[in-house]
Amino acid sequence: MSDISDRVKKIVVEHLGVEEDKVNENASFIDDLGADSLDTVELVMAFEEEFGIEIPDDAAETIQTFGDAVKFIQDAA
Amino acid sequence: MFDLTGKCALVTGASGGIGGEIARALHARGATVGLSGTREAPLSALAGELGERTHVLSCDLSDPAAVDALPKVAADAMGSLDILVNNAGITRDTLFMRLKDEDWQAVLDVNLTAAMRLCRGAMRPMMKARWGRIVNITSVVGTTGNPGQANYCAAKAGLVGMSKSLAQEVAARGITVNCVAPGFIETAMTDKLTDEQKTGILGAVPMGKMGTPSDIAAAVVYLASAEAGYVTGATLHVNGGMAMV
Repeated sequence: MSDISDRVKKIVVEHLGVEEDKVNENASFIDDLGADSLDTVELVMAFEEEFGIEIPDDAAETIQTFGDAVKFIQDAA
Repeated sequence: MFDLTGKCALVTGASGGIGGEIARALHARGATVGLSGTREAPLSALAGELGERTHVLSCDLSDPAAVDALPKVAADAMGSLDILVNNAGITRDTLFMRLKDEDWQAVLDVNLTAAMRLCRGAMRPMMKARWGRIVNITSVVGTTGNPGQANYCAAKAGLVGMSKSLAQEVAARGITVNCVAPGFIETAMTDKLTDEQKTGILGAVPMGKMGTPSDIAAAVVYLASAEAGYVTGATLHVNGGMAMV
């Protein structure tokens, strides 16, 4: 569980160039972490590659926060 | 300048006069080239001529599944996909009143939809690399229109609009999307014209002569290069002054 969370956090920190302590459960990629819409597409791509899963477009749209991402990946993996 | 060493370029329509010359020019600047086209024989001949850093990637651009697969096939074969040149195009010329649905659709499918699919497929590797060059070959008639070519002109104008939109979306990722719009170029297609027809067309070209495939290839090399990094969403017209737009 925490392993997934750490790996997701690492991707988010690297991709968005934000401080690790800003990436908390309810942090919104766009509102809190400075992502634009293309960043969110790239993050989903990065999650797909890291975890070997496929995230359909309609599901990707529901992933708004760091917590959403971790939960989706936990359920999918 | 314009060194493409280490870059991998996919060129569609490489079996044709302009596409083949584009591939030659990119290759001469050091790029690895993926030669795509429907007819394998001319692609293999070109690959033989160019030697190393060459891959033959046959693809029927009217087959959506094959087109969707092509960017990945190209990236796997070449090691990456840094430059995409959508050059392939077909014509089904006819007067508008006689234009059949299938003539419209076939031209839109190959000239516009296939280019969209290839751009879409190229996005992932280019976004990851934070570098990419897309050059879409349009035509002067996409801007000026041309009697008998409503389908072709619509597709070529569509390519310009698509390129500008995509250019804005990915500009911040180091990816540029531009068009090259050839005018009247010496190819197998224009060889078929009668001298009278040629004289008529050349009357509209201030330089008084046809362009060559290498004129187009040089424009593509520029837009594919690192030096053109601040140019995006542009259409470079290579037409001897035929239309100054």
